[in-house]
Parts: sequence; C-alpha cells; structure tokens
Amino acid sequence: MLTILFDGIAYGMLLFIIAVGLAITLGLMNFINLAHGAFAMAGGYITVVLMNRYGVSFYLCLPIAFLAMAVVGVVLERTLYRRLYSASHLDQVLFSVGLVFMSVAAVQYFMGGQQQLIHLPPELSGRTEIFGIGVGRYRLFITIVCAVLVVALQLALTKTRFGSQLRAAVDDGRVARGLGINVSTVFALTFAAGSGLAGLGGAMGAEILGLDPNFPLKFMVYFLIVVTVGGTSTITGPFLAALLLGIADVAGKYYVPEIGAFVIYAVMVIMLVLRPHGLFAREGGR
Amino acid sequence: MITRRMLIAAAGLAASALAGAPTFAQETVKVGLIVPMTGPFASTGRQVEAGARTYMAMHGDTVAGKKIELILRDDAGTADQTRRIAQELVVNDGVSVLAGFGLTPLALAVAPVIGQAKIPAIITSAATSSITEQSDYYVRSSFTLPQAAVPVATWATENDIKRVVTLVSDYGPGIDAETWFTKEFTAKGGEIVEAVRVPLQNPDFAPYLQRVRDADPDAIFVFLPSGVGSLFMKQFADRGLADAGIKLIATGDVTDDDILNDMGKPALGAITGQHYSTAHDSPENKAYVEAYKAAYPDMRPNFMSVGGYDAMHLVYAALEKTGGDATGDALIEAMKGLSWTSPRGPVSIDPETREIIQNIYMREVKEVDGELYNVEFATYEAVKDPAKTSDQ
Repeated sequence: MLTILFDGIAYGMLLFIIAVGLAITLGLMNFINLAHGAFAMAGGYITVVLMNRYGVSFYLCLPIAFLAMAVVGVVLERTLYRRLYSASHLDQVLFSVGLVFMSVAAVQYFMGGQQQLIHLPPELSGRTEIFGIGVGRYRLFITIVCAVLVVALQLALTKTRFGSQLRAAVDDGRVARGLGINVSTVFALTFAAGSGLAGLGGAMGAEILGLDPNFPLKFMVYFLIVVTVGGTSTITGPFLAALLLGIADVAGKYYVPEIGAFVIYAVMVIMLVLRPHGLFAREGGR
Repeated sequence: MITRRMLIAAAGLAASALAGAPTFAQETVKVGLIVPMTGPFASTGRQVEAGARTYMAMHGDTVAGKKIELILRDDAGTADQTRRIAQELVVNDGVSVLAGFGLTPLALAVAPVIGQAKIPAIITSAATSSITEQSDYYVRSSFTLPQAAVPVATWATENDIKRVVTLVSDYGPGIDAETWFTKEFTAKGGEIVEAVRVPLQNPDFAPYLQRVRDADPDAIFVFLPSGVGSLFMKQFADRGLADAGIKLIATGDVTDDDILNDMGKPALGAITGQHYSTAHDSPENKAYVEAYKAAYPDMRPNFMSVGGYDAMHLVYAALEKTGGDATGDALIEAMKGLSWTSPRGPVSIDPETREIIQNIYMREVKEVDGELYNVEFATYEAVKDPAKTSDQ
C-alpha cells in the first residue's frame, strides 16, 4: 500500500520535472510550446550517448543534459520562437508541432528507432526497505531531486530580483521595458531554464519511461494534463497536479488494472469540471 | 505522308519491342520485401533484410537458371502503405513473390492483393496465428505466438511451477500468448493466479509489477514487444521480484537477441521459449552467424533475421522444385511440404496450413564470453501451430 503511494509520488515527481518547463513557458510567457517533449527527448538522448559511448557518469550527465538543452533552448528562442511570441496560439501550436515531427524524424535518422537503454550506477538500482516499506532507490533519487527543484524554483520566482522582473515582464511587457527591464533577455533566460528542465527530466526519465523517437508524441498528453490540471500561474499548481496524477495513475493500475490506463483521464475530467482554471488559479487569471 | 507512315511503323516496332519485354524479364525472378525500415519497428525491418541478404550472399543469386532480385520497400509500419506498396510491386515491378510484413495488421493488409495477383506472400515476422487463414497464398517463415507460448507452459508445469501470473501487452499477439499459455498451463494442472494486460503505450510498469509481487506466484509469464520488454526486465529486477523467488518465463520476444546484450545484468536467468537463438549450436547456425556478422558487424542476428533468411530459402527451394517456373500457383504448391535445415534447426512447411513446423527451444539468459546469450537447454521437437491443430 505505502509502496504504491511511494511509486505514485516518484512517478508524479518525474512528470513534474518534465512538465514544469512547459508550465513556465506556457504560464509565464504565454507561449504554447508543444515541442517541449522534444527537448526532454533530446536531454534523454544526450545522456544515452554520453553514458554508452563515452562512459560519462550518470550524475554528470544530468547537469550536462540540463545545460545542453538550456543552450539549445536559447538558440531556438533567439532564432525561431521569439518571432511567434505575438502570433496567435494556433500559429504557435502548428509551429511547435512541426518541430516535434522534425525532431522525431531527426532522432530516427541518427539514432534509429529502437528503445535506448542506460545503465544506472549500482547504488541507484535495486530496492531498499525504509520503515518496512519497499522503496526503489532510483525512485527515491528522483523524489529528492524533484523536491529540491520545487523549492528552488518557488524561491527563484517569488524571492529573487529575476523572479520579480519576469513576473513584471509577463504582466505588462511595455511597462516593464519602460522601467528598464530587459524583457527579451529575461524571456530568453526563462525559456532556457524551461528547456533545460525538460532536458533534465528526459535524462532522468529515460530509465523509467523509456526513450525512443516517439517520446515527444507519446508523453505530450501527460505533460499537457499536468499543466492543464495544475494551472499555469504558479509552480505549486503543476506540482500538486503531477503528484495527484502520478498517484492516481499508479494506484489505478494497481487496484483496477482492467481500466487502469483510463484513471488518469478520469481524474483530469473531474478536476477540470470542478476547477476549470486549474488547481490554484484565480478566476480570470491567465 | 511518308513521314506519317514512318511514324506508324516506328510505333509498331516500339509496341512489338514492348510486348517482347516480359519474356526477356522472365529471366529474373523478383522478390518484393516489404518491411518497416523506419518508425518504431525499424529494427524488425533491418533484421529481416539482413537475414535475407545474408542468404543471398551465402547461396548466390541464381537458382534454376533464374536470377533472383530482391526489391526492398519500407512501409514504416502502417498498413495502408503496405498495401499500396504491394500493389505497386505487383503491377509495376512484376514481382513473383512478396515477403516481409513486420506486424499482424501489415500482413493482413496485403491479403486482397495476393489473392488477385495469385502470388505467394511469405510472412517473415508477424506472429498472430490467424493470418494464414485469410488467404491461401500466405506462407509463414517466422513463428506464431501460440507455437512459442504452449511449450513454455508445458515446461513450466514439468518444472514445479504451480501458480503463475500472466502479464501481456494488450493487443492481438499479447492476447494470443495469454490465451494459449493459460489453456496449456491449466490443462496440465497449473493455476493462473491473475491475468494482467498492460496497455501497449505504457510508460511505467511499477504498479503492475507491484501487483504481481503481492500476488506472490511461483513465476510470471510475460509477452511484450521486444523494445518494451527491455524496460520491463529492468523494472522487474529493480523491484526485487527475482529476489522474492518469482521466476520470469516468457516468449523469446522479451529477450530479443538484438538488444539482449544492452539489457545487462537484469536479464540474467530469464527463461524463454522460442524457435531461434543466436547461440543455437549447429554447423548451419555457425555458418549463418559468421556470414551475417561479416556483412553487419554491428548487429546480432535475431529471430526476425532468421525469418528473412528462411523466406529466401523458401523462394530458392520452390524455384528449384518447379524448375524455374515462377508463376504464383506453382510456387505456392512447391512451398507446401518443403523441409530443410535452417540455422534454427530442422523445419518444414505444413502442407495443410502453410505454417512453419519447427523446434521450440527453452533457453536461459547466460553470460558467454562476456556477452549475454539465450542459451538453449531443452527442446520441444517439431511443434505445429497449436491454434490450428487443436481445432481439427
């Protein structure tokens, strides 16, 4: 019972790491980036290549995946995405879905279509008993990393100067610019952070979610559910939504395997009926 | 006027030249190989192609005075493409035999085409039992899931496994495997504690595995497509099911030779039943693996590749038998009842069902010379597709 709860939490945490970048770009920058999963996939492939071909340690791969995807994010933001900030949402969706298909085809071409496997360091594989509960070590690792991330992100957004600048830039770009805030730099950095988090999530998820060229399409639905249920105006919203969905998914599959795969969607429908603007969104908020 | 007459004469000449062309083309027999070379099932296509080309490299490209030409086409794993490509191959390229078909729906898609063109279609991969009943022109060189699942069940009952949880992917082949394993296992006195079906697009096995663990069976019987299978193996080991004394028994798809080595330690000790292992100990297989590795050093021949290899053998042997007559009906008649020694062991084509009859080997994943292999330790000889024999 508690093992199921723990598995659910770990799974939710993993969803959160990948989806939080999407929540940032969607909620704070008001940009619909469906190609988010492609960044996660790229992060995963970076890890696979580094670990399997060059023998880089797993712990080192995680920050590398984050940084590499952040850099890619900045480059794409500067060259492609920024042109679409003021475009309609439909244009943004079409553009980013196009990117997804290109990424799928590119990965297929260079890496092949098969599942990629990584080998975790021995201290992360296997399972330990903590207070009589069987706990997968890797899942524990994910949970800890994610918890640290949530706190860090929340602090960064609410307590730092950059956080205030970002919120100002989102609320009213023109006024923020008038106050001397470099809005385009702020957006570029935010986008980089979002992409980097996706890369990190992809790297960490490769072991549990699997990694093949269809990754961005396969998991797009999950990320979108997390963001819609959680709302996009806070970090805590998607966080709790991811936890809720993770636990519901795992528990549903455990207790009622016949319909387990649908539980996550049922939860989404119920949540959206009850709170159409997301878990914590204010009425009328973005 | 003269010019016009000359034009007509020229046209007539051209027409007679065209009409003469087919007799000239008879000297080559074209085999259309349709497999997924891109998309999620690309590894199947690559293996089948490699197996077929290895056969041609080993046996030359002429048989009974005919030159064999292999035309490779990619259907990317979508059924409407398979059918369109099959039509093109038949109409434009004039192929005498179609082969390939990575998945059940892809194989089924060509049934109307081969029925009209009256040419044989050799199934090198798709494993749902019912396909060959859809047209008299299907021949199978791969295997059917019931064929692999039933011996696994027999072996389990003979080896003190009494309570089993089945876990399969929720689609055609998975349900085939579950049905036939259960049928055989319960008939021999075993008990199925629970039957779990996992969605095909399943991100995380954790809840299912926990459920299996809590049911505490003697063994878990698994069928999953090969890529997903490797993820499963890892989570199986991580969750400590092996330590809890639960054996893993499966059809060979889960420990696919192509990726087995990448799975690492978690795969060790898994027991599977299938018709081919790269480690199969026979002179035929040694020669095959050697020729294969020479052409494709980065790959390891798996059960899909041997399907491609034997498909080519069927074409060659049938042509030899007909003395070079490449018409569809002659070929399909010649294929029925053929028997030969394949790299997988002795095989034959059942004249009634056009299914392959072959040995199913029980194997255990072991480390041999620093690499992981499916090492065979028991054999069920000349297994027919049980889904068809028991109906009679």
